[in-house]
Amino acid sequence: MTSFNALIVVAVGYVVFLFAIAFIAERRAANGHANWLKSPWIYTLSLSIYCTAWTFYGAVGYAARSGLEFVTIYLGPTLVMVGWWWILRRLVRIGRAQRITSIADLVSSRFGKSTQLGMIVTVISVIAGTPYIALQLQSVTLSFAVFAQNGGVNWDQPDFVVTAMWVAVGLAVFTVIFGTRNLDANERHHGVVIAVAVEAVVKLLALVAVGVFVVWGVAGGPGEMLERIDQSQIVLWNADSSRWISLIFLSGAAFLCLPRMFQVLVVENADERHLHIASWAFPLYLFMMSLFVVPIAVIGLDLLPAGSNPDLFVVTVPLAEGRDGLAVLSFLGGFSSATSMVIVATIALATMVSNHIVVPIWLSRQTNQQAVMSGDVRHVILLARRLSVAGIIALGFLYYRISGGGTALAAIGLISFTGAVQILPAMIGGMFWRGATGVGAAAGLITGLVVWMWTLFLPSFGVDAVISQAIVDDGLWGLSWLRPQALFGVGGLDPLVHGILWSMLLNTAMFVICSLVTFPAPLERLQGAQFVNVFAHSTAAPAWSGAATGAEDLLIMSQRIMGSKEAQALFTQEAARQGKAGYLPEVTPDFIERLERVLAGSVGAATAHAMIGQLIGGSSVSVEDLIAVADEAAQILEYSNELEAKSQEQERTARALRAANDKLTALSIQKDAFLSQISHELRTPMTSIRSFSDILRDGEMSEEEQGRYAGIIHDEAVRLTRLLDDLLDLSVLENGQVELREQTGHLSDLLDRAVRAAGTHDGVLDIRRDLHQEQLQLLTDLDRLTQVFINLIVNARKYCDAQNPILEIKVHQHEGRYIVDFIDNGSGIAPEDQDLIFEKFSRVADGSKAGGAGLGLAICREVMHRLGGEVSYLPQATGAAFRVQLPQVTTAAALEET
Amino acid sequence: MSRKPKPPVFLQRDSYRQRRVRDAVKLLPFAGVVLLAIPLAWKSGTSEDQIGANGLLYIFGVWVLLIVLSALLSAFIRADPSLSSQDRPEE
Repeated sequence: MTSFNALIVVAVGYVVFLFAIAFIAERRAANGHANWLKSPWIYTLSLSIYCTAWTFYGAVGYAARSGLEFVTIYLGPTLVMVGWWWILRRLVRIGRAQRITSIADLVSSRFGKSTQLGMIVTVISVIAGTPYIALQLQSVTLSFAVFAQNGGVNWDQPDFVVTAMWVAVGLAVFTVIFGTRNLDANERHHGVVIAVAVEAVVKLLALVAVGVFVVWGVAGGPGEMLERIDQSQIVLWNADSSRWISLIFLSGAAFLCLPRMFQVLVVENADERHLHIASWAFPLYLFMMSLFVVPIAVIGLDLLPAGSNPDLFVVTVPLAEGRDGLAVLSFLGGFSSATSMVIVATIALATMVSNHIVVPIWLSRQTNQQAVMSGDVRHVILLARRLSVAGIIALGFLYYRISGGGTALAAIGLISFTGAVQILPAMIGGMFWRGATGVGAAAGLITGLVVWMWTLFLPSFGVDAVISQAIVDDGLWGLSWLRPQALFGVGGLDPLVHGILWSMLLNTAMFVICSLVTFPAPLERLQGAQFVNVFAHSTAAPAWSGAATGAEDLLIMSQRIMGSKEAQALFTQEAARQGKAGYLPEVTPDFIERLERVLAGSVGAATAHAMIGQLIGGSSVSVEDLIAVADEAAQILEYSNELEAKSQEQERTARALRAANDKLTALSIQKDAFLSQISHELRTPMTSIRSFSDILRDGEMSEEEQGRYAGIIHDEAVRLTRLLDDLLDLSVLENGQVELREQTGHLSDLLDRAVRAAGTHDGVLDIRRDLHQEQLQLLTDLDRLTQVFINLIVNARKYCDAQNPILEIKVHQHEGRYIVDFIDNGSGIAPEDQDLIFEKFSRVADGSKAGGAGLGLAICREVMHRLGGEVSYLPQATGAAFRVQLPQVTTAAALEET
Repeated sequence: MSRKPKPPVFLQRDSYRQRRVRDAVKLLPFAGVVLLAIPLAWKSGTSEDQIGANGLLYIFGVWVLLIVLSALLSAFIRADPSLSSQDRPEE
């Protein structure tokens, strides 16, 4: 039999051990050996504060009473952890980006750094958290009492109270020493972290040890154990489906919303990647914690006399079997569960109380900006935090004292969860919905708080304690729809499910409706965008404008909050960033923004914002600022669009210029070539004319010779005249001085004339025509058109290099135009020359074969242009093809005339 | 130019795999909800054919399944390179 005194010694020894390792961890961290504390395993273990004494002892009692329903408390968090991608990842990122210090700070920060919202959330958390702390004190004292009873002493009420008081004092001392060392909540409390981790291991070991003992030591193996479970009086599955689902939801939501869970999940998270490990390791921890719950409950019910408290089976079963060592281990497990939870919950709540209630009130009492600098803010806040720790633990103790520590308290666990969960709509809505407003959040939170208090919290004190039986039966002021357990006449539900349902429904409805009808302040919209799009841009938009304060004032204020060394380091670093010597940087909006975030890590976003606001004196961000930012962005966008359009245009112009340049270069070469060509062309006939006229002048020749020479001279003169005629013709056409003589005629007649004039009667060129298609009446300058036809036919005769040259003349109509194609079967014109053939003086072939000066096609083009049509080269597989197009309008008019 | 780079339509094999791992991580909690809703169909009370220890085994089995799947996925999922602890922008 372990004497009660021995147990006291063990407990005190354990506490001393915890103090010692916490102290060592702090020392090592101060020397820079704290890296192993930042591992994902320590993170996972610190999450285990979810398993409080209520779950350590209470789960077995819960299983004994309601069977499998107890696992809902663990399944909710399991689902949240397994689904970390959806909420936790985002929450942790927001927590890091905004330097969130608590769940109150999260809500306040999201909705425009609102002080009021921070207060509301803090109040809810304290009201919901206090009974839970009382519950832990109760668990510890009850387990002490078990050992006392075992030693033959029956405890009276005063013994319980004294024990609870000593436990409370010890917890307060530990929390003040190790939990409020540093002001920045984002910095980890190494002593607390290590103590919590060790306690997490101890409670898991204790429960598993008892479980192993029960399964293998008492039942005799897993198979026998399952048989005993089947035969036991416990009703394993008592399906009230509404409770099963509601409790899974409730525990999952509470896992996110409980201040202590938020503290370890988000605030103390050192690295987002720790979530990867914790996503399965923490569910595994929960699994291990609940694996042996049902066996212990079954064996406890079998072994112990009827009427024993099943909540204490974890301790009483080993005691009844004479395993005192195991019982002490189990006691330490329960003790660990209670203390670790109280320590972290107190730190979280104290941070909230000091940052969102004490400091704002203190600030508002000191209205001038000197206030921020005159008092030592750092000490004020630390003191506020320490007093809050003591105050919260004292509240828990008082609650325990007043409630009497009876069974009423045991029921409060889930009710407390429901209270904390009221923050869920504002939190999740703020994270995913940009339209959520501060007014909506406040309305939802207050509605949820009121409904929760009316339906669950106040009735939990027992009949006639706060709410009289008459009100429970008939409703407030006799209004039956205000009955606390049958709101709006819905009376068929389990009271807890009823409370969860109505509080969450009305809370969410108010939150959504008020958000829809109100308009958020500029800072709120800015914060909303940053929260919702936290993965898109984790850096903040500029929030302060018109800085009217000196860097010195800011430094003094920062020193008061952060401590002089840290503040000076921060300022020097900033000055270096800006490229300034010394330790006073330029007060840029950017710097103020950064400074505010750092301060927010100590005193919360709302307070940091208010303090800087007092110094800066200006409003942080105005609608005008936002509009200016938006305008600037729009202007930049427009400007860049303009630039893009301009550059496209320039590209087009450049392309056209390049093409023109290529053409000009080619033309210039052509012109040079022509000049030498034309001089040659003029020179050749001139030479023969001169020499033959010389011979004629000498006169010593026969009549016949004379005639022949005169003939040559004549021919050459004709050739010269033709060349000059062509040149003259072209220049007349180009200058637009030509007069057209319009006549009517048949296309076939024109072609006949052209073929005859082209001199193809020698049979060298075989011309193929379709006379039927050529029966078209024309009204145009027939002579000019004939000139074009002649030219094209002559060209074919000259240049077609086929063995049996064939020229095909095709006539058809297309889109209101007459089209006459001249297609030969030669080798055609090379693609690179096709652009140039219609230019003046161009000749594709070397001049030896051609008789002309390269003006023919140029004249054709000009003529057709005058006639309202065009002539073009038709690229095709074989042979050269020219297309003459004539407008039909002229011909239609002609048909009417005839 | 303000032309945004278009995301590629088709991905490399490993980034494709990575996306599917993320899909699986996203879907896992819903699978858990469905599996844990099945007990709602069980018969309750003290009747002869109540689920008994098999129900216990089922729920703990689902639990183990979720843990194992989550562990497998967290081993495969690649951390965003920008998520390390050193890169708080304001420090």
